[in-house]
Amino acid sequence: MKAYNIIVLAKQVPDTRNVGKDAMKADGTINRAVLPAIFNPEDLNALEQALRIKDKFPGSTVKILTMGPGRAADIIREGLFRGADGGILLTDRAFAGSDTLATSYALGQALKKMGNIDIIIAGRQAIDGDTAQVGPQVAEKLGMLQITYVEEVIELKSKKITVKRRLENGVETVRCPLPLVMTVNGTAPDCRARNAKRIMRYKHAKTVTELQKENEDYTHMYNDRPDLNIPEWTVNDIETDPSQLGLNGSPTKVKTVENVVLHAKDSKVISALDAEIEAMMIELIESHTIG
Amino acid sequence: MNNVFVYCEIEDGHVAEVSQELLTKGRSLADELNCKLEAIAIGSQLDEIGKQIIPYGVDTLYIADDKRLSPFQTLPHTSIVVNLFKEEKPQIALMGASSIGRDLGPRVSSALHSGLTADCTSLVIGDHFDKKQDKNYENLLYQIRPAFGGNIIATIINPDCRPQMATVREGVMKKEIRDPKYKGKEVKLDVAKYVSDTDFVVEIIDRQVEKSKLNIKGAPIVVAGGYGMGSKENFNLLYELADVLGGEVGASRAAVDAGYTAHERQIGQTGVTVRPKLYIACGISGQIQHRAGMEESAQIIAINTDPEAPINAIADYVINGDVAEVIPKMIKYYKKNTK
Repeated sequence: MKAYNIIVLAKQVPDTRNVGKDAMKADGTINRAVLPAIFNPEDLNALEQALRIKDKFPGSTVKILTMGPGRAADIIREGLFRGADGGILLTDRAFAGSDTLATSYALGQALKKMGNIDIIIAGRQAIDGDTAQVGPQVAEKLGMLQITYVEEVIELKSKKITVKRRLENGVETVRCPLPLVMTVNGTAPDCRARNAKRIMRYKHAKTVTELQKENEDYTHMYNDRPDLNIPEWTVNDIETDPSQLGLNGSPTKVKTVENVVLHAKDSKVISALDAEIEAMMIELIESHTIG
Repeated sequence: MNNVFVYCEIEDGHVAEVSQELLTKGRSLADELNCKLEAIAIGSQLDEIGKQIIPYGVDTLYIADDKRLSPFQTLPHTSIVVNLFKEEKPQIALMGASSIGRDLGPRVSSALHSGLTADCTSLVIGDHFDKKQDKNYENLLYQIRPAFGGNIIATIINPDCRPQMATVREGVMKKEIRDPKYKGKEVKLDVAKYVSDTDFVVEIIDRQVEKSKLNIKGAPIVVAGGYGMGSKENFNLLYELADVLGGEVGASRAAVDAGYTAHERQIGQTGVTVRPKLYIACGISGQIQHRAGMEESAQIIAINTDPEAPINAIADYVINGDVAEVIPKMIKYYKKNTK
């Protein structure tokens, strides 16, 4: 039976779903410190799809590729805890300020170096931007086919994959050749939980940068257990055209950012008392808004 | 050359609502820029499609007609759009933020190395002065969208790369026919010149697309629930109220994410945009992404236990109270006073 090489693209994102009142500083900038950094939710759906293929086709490998600051190594560890075989952290100041296109370029170049890939799986979109652009843009950079909004892999055999896609107003089942990039919808099954044994096994998985910050000397452990080393790739580890990286390589620029200011309407404030609600309903009926 | 371009989505011989809205927006941008509005229709059996598209004020409609081009597939549609854009060099390209536009748009932008902004809530023309380069850019497309959990509104520009690409959700722009007799020309593309046979690698085995029975967009009254509804069961109250008033039920993203109701009812930047006569926001705090989808409602009632909820600022009536208590009273007094 064939085994597949699968790469999951995952992103560490601020948890914008739970933005509280302290999310903005007085000067109008974002207070990132109060927003927890999490594994982008739909990337977890993507990881699950990858792990299901691995379950079905023993010998398959699932690796995670993430781009971000040093702390994004958490994404690789989280993947290891849930069943991934490893991952690579792409991290460099040169990538700072990347828009979706510059991000896709950097990821694409890293994927080219990783090589020999059958399936690339990513979440449909990340919650900090909701753009859904990086998956298709990576596919184009690699000249690969893309299948978006995947909900289920129905069949995988002889280099052909059949998947169900969720569209706005229906579903579509498509069959296509490998290799390909697929993006997974949030309606796909949730990711399996962390596995206790895998947590024990991989809790010390670290990048070189993280190891340098360690007080204790774990050197012997990292020599004996190479799977605990999370490779960290900088811009020097991949082939790049500097003009396509980071802020310079981003065609879109943020011109202005405005804090949201509410222009309060002259509203009538009422309570849940019967008389007040009845008076409101009568006003609405008389103005022909309702009725 | 350097015109405004709209990609028209076609389903069953009809131009999608979102594309009609973008044609209208495209026309007004083209007027302001003093350039032409162009459109592209890709599909099969498109002999009559011009009649639907040109009245929006389209000067040139490019048609790629081949039975393999419907339904939508990523690679063939990408090839046609990319190759046509290389020839025509539009300055602006607009697509729907639909499952098609969000699949096609990023692919095209990646191939052309042009910037793309998703889910814009406003598009306007403006200038930009770049201090670093000491250079002034005239007539750029400001692509405006909420970002970062709705705490900020960002204006995005693409100073140097063309086309400036943006996607917009259905319902955000208003559609309006320019002139039923508008004189535009149709250009039939030689499909084989734009697509290669190797682009057709995806087999569509099954496709079940149904016209949504829901009509939240056209409903005169929308009763919408948020995370504050607390449970799927409490959402039933909203259906009761909507039923009595003759409206539809909508929801905030938080309510949809919590599983209280289906995604097709989501109102806001990443859902539907509505402009009803009356919008009743129940247990909705009112993040900017939600407000972007409903703030043009004629009248707004906000029912909330949080007196500080942002939704209150744009409401005509603010009811400080528990939805489970308030909604039955609204039903009761509506019935009593309309007998």
